[in-house]
Amino acid sequence: MDVTRQLRQARAVTAMNLRNLPARLGTAAVAIVGIGGVVAVLVSALSISEGFRAAMALSGREDVGIVLRGGSADELSSGLSLEAVKYVMDGPGIVEGVDGPLASPELYVIVDVPSRGSGTKANVPLRGVGPNAFSIRQAFQVVEGRPFERGLNEVIVGRGAASQFAGLDVGSVVRFGRTPWTVTGIFEDGGSVSESEIWTDATVLQGAYNRGTSFQSVRVRLPGERDMAGLEAHLKRDPRFNMTVRTERQFLESQSSILVTGVRTIGSLIAIVMGVGAVFAALNTMYAAVSARTREIATLRALGFGAAPVVASVLVEAMLLGLLGGTLGAVLAYAAFNGFRASTLNFQSFSQITFAFNVTPTIMLLGIGYAMILGLIGGLLPGLRAARQPVTQGLREL
Amino acid sequence: MIGFLPLVLANLRRRPLRTGFTLGSIVVAFLMFAVLGAMTRAFSAGADLAGVDRLLVIHKVSLVQPLPESYGTRIRQIDGVDKVSSATWFGGVYQDDRNQIPTFPVDGAVYLDIYPEYVVPPEGRQRWLADKRGAIVGRPIAEEFGWKVGDTVPVRSNIWRRADGSDTWELNISALYDVPEAGGDPRNILMHYDYFEESRGRGKGLVSWYIVKVRDPAQAPRVAREIDAQFANSPYETETSTEKAFAQGFVNQIGNIGVIMQGVVTAVFFTMLLVTANTMAQSVRERTAELGVMKTLGFTGPVVTMLVLAESTLLTIVGAVFGMLGGYLAVEGSGSIVRAYLPVWTVTPESCLQALGLALALGLLAGAVPAWNALRLPIVQALRQA
Repeated sequence: MDVTRQLRQARAVTAMNLRNLPARLGTAAVAIVGIGGVVAVLVSALSISEGFRAAMALSGREDVGIVLRGGSADELSSGLSLEAVKYVMDGPGIVEGVDGPLASPELYVIVDVPSRGSGTKANVPLRGVGPNAFSIRQAFQVVEGRPFERGLNEVIVGRGAASQFAGLDVGSVVRFGRTPWTVTGIFEDGGSVSESEIWTDATVLQGAYNRGTSFQSVRVRLPGERDMAGLEAHLKRDPRFNMTVRTERQFLESQSSILVTGVRTIGSLIAIVMGVGAVFAALNTMYAAVSARTREIATLRALGFGAAPVVASVLVEAMLLGLLGGTLGAVLAYAAFNGFRASTLNFQSFSQITFAFNVTPTIMLLGIGYAMILGLIGGLLPGLRAARQPVTQGLREL
Repeated sequence: MIGFLPLVLANLRRRPLRTGFTLGSIVVAFLMFAVLGAMTRAFSAGADLAGVDRLLVIHKVSLVQPLPESYGTRIRQIDGVDKVSSATWFGGVYQDDRNQIPTFPVDGAVYLDIYPEYVVPPEGRQRWLADKRGAIVGRPIAEEFGWKVGDTVPVRSNIWRRADGSDTWELNISALYDVPEAGGDPRNILMHYDYFEESRGRGKGLVSWYIVKVRDPAQAPRVAREIDAQFANSPYETETSTEKAFAQGFVNQIGNIGVIMQGVVTAVFFTMLLVTANTMAQSVRERTAELGVMKTLGFTGPVVTMLVLAESTLLTIVGAVFGMLGGYLAVEGSGSIVRAYLPVWTVTPESCLQALGLALALGLLAGAVPAWNALRLPIVQALRQA
């Protein structure tokens, strides 16, 4: 039998089979719902890890460098003396601004703020920034209220922090320890992790937290993307200081690696185990479908249709069920979760990050693809059985 | 009743593939149930175990802010306080940045008195208290890195530096400790605060928090209030809570993510159960004619109903047993890795009981409609469907 004829037969049998599908909707629904559930879980889990990535790694800029004390994995455990900070700012490899180098010595502390939903305390980062912090971060803008006044106990709050934590509206006064702070504005920073933070003037924060003249990090604008050679050489030159520079993206990637891979791994594992369950449901459905078509298949075989087109018709039906289920699950996950804002504790930085579930088209396609594979596996054995049925016996069956 | 068992089994065997696959999805659903139960407990158990007679004193602004060393003596003078030890976050790393080991400089003898669940052999305890550079190490950590009592290991701090500029402390392993109670966390290193304090370069005289043992748990709230009042309006105001409340607060920080994951997965667990129920109902429906024959032969309505219910419940219970067994094996098998992050990681007897209840309910629910139909089925109509 030549290939074109086989294909023609396969198309005819498949078309006939699919036209009958609505009649078997009851059993088909079992497979569709089962697969749909699996895909919904897979897509939501991946959208969480994608949301972290968008908030952390992807928002990190390649032309912004962050200088920390050597060996410090995070800002919290880093510490830089005023002398070290001055040495960094005098160095080459930093873009010059109107009033000196585009560098911002920063202080990073954690404050307890009640979360909006549960009222329980959350570790929110409070960052003290230098005057040039805003020109280093190009996406930065105050969207509500006004920036803080330097030298005063005033703070601005990231959009994410304002939505997740209580009492941070413009005009309100918050107390961290004994110091009252007035919230003067809400800022955005291109959806980056900064939006989970509260910002104030670094020198005011030093005073409020007995930090003397020390800082924890210096952010700098690099002359080009990943162009750190000049600054790196400068930092190595003086043996008094032990400092390293990384691009903001490298830094944030290392900060979020555990959380991103953790959620992704757990989500995928759950999806695989549930996938096994869904395959069982699909197998039942397809066996039922094949046994309902016993007579029809036998008749086709008697008329001269080959075994391959029959198998193909079963497989196509199974994959169609997978496609329907997968689409159902992906769309459900999208409708329920896309853009949903949540926050969690990032152990690596010991602070809360706020993020939005990010159901990307890639993730949805991935989920639908997985669903079709599940359908295919579920259709394989029943398809083979359909092809192997003896024609005479099949014709005799009611 | 038992006499009907062969009949029930015969019915399950008539379509072995379908029975097998249905059983398969039930097994998977309960396997998920077991693992998710372990996960839920992992996120909440720390809170259950922490003692109520222990208070935790931290800086009012945040755990990250330090407290002065001098507070220890002042807290000890408060009425109702039994013992006080400071603890400091050291941030231990061994060799590679990935090998993070929570390490705490503490007031050795007092700390072990406050935490009786840390089981240290008596001679090991003496060796530790006698050796200034000594440390006691949780057994799983020692096993992971191949440490033995008597070894000297370099532990690096990613926060602190010694006065000589180095960031590595050499610790002599005095003893290994166990935490036999389920849910305890044996993955720490405890070192002497005195050694840490005299050798660190900066931040001298500051500790991260205090653990206070009160004489009478009923007095804990009053003692907590008095401690905070003692330090009110000082540069280092404190916030005192029971260890339990503190641990719960920490778990809460993981927050809505855990809730969301659980919500999604629970929904799917029930979807799968519904799928299973539907399949089982279908298989009974196919046998309507046969039920008619049985009734003709003299089986009463209630007996036929019971047969149908027995069939579906047998299937779900067998599925649940295998699923929970699989879940148990999965949890225990992954134990050595997962417990590094989530110390409480077990399938509890309670969750096995819950699963049994769920299986029973599922079996009855899935069989209910076909069983009801079987009960009311007029023989003539049933036979006509053949």
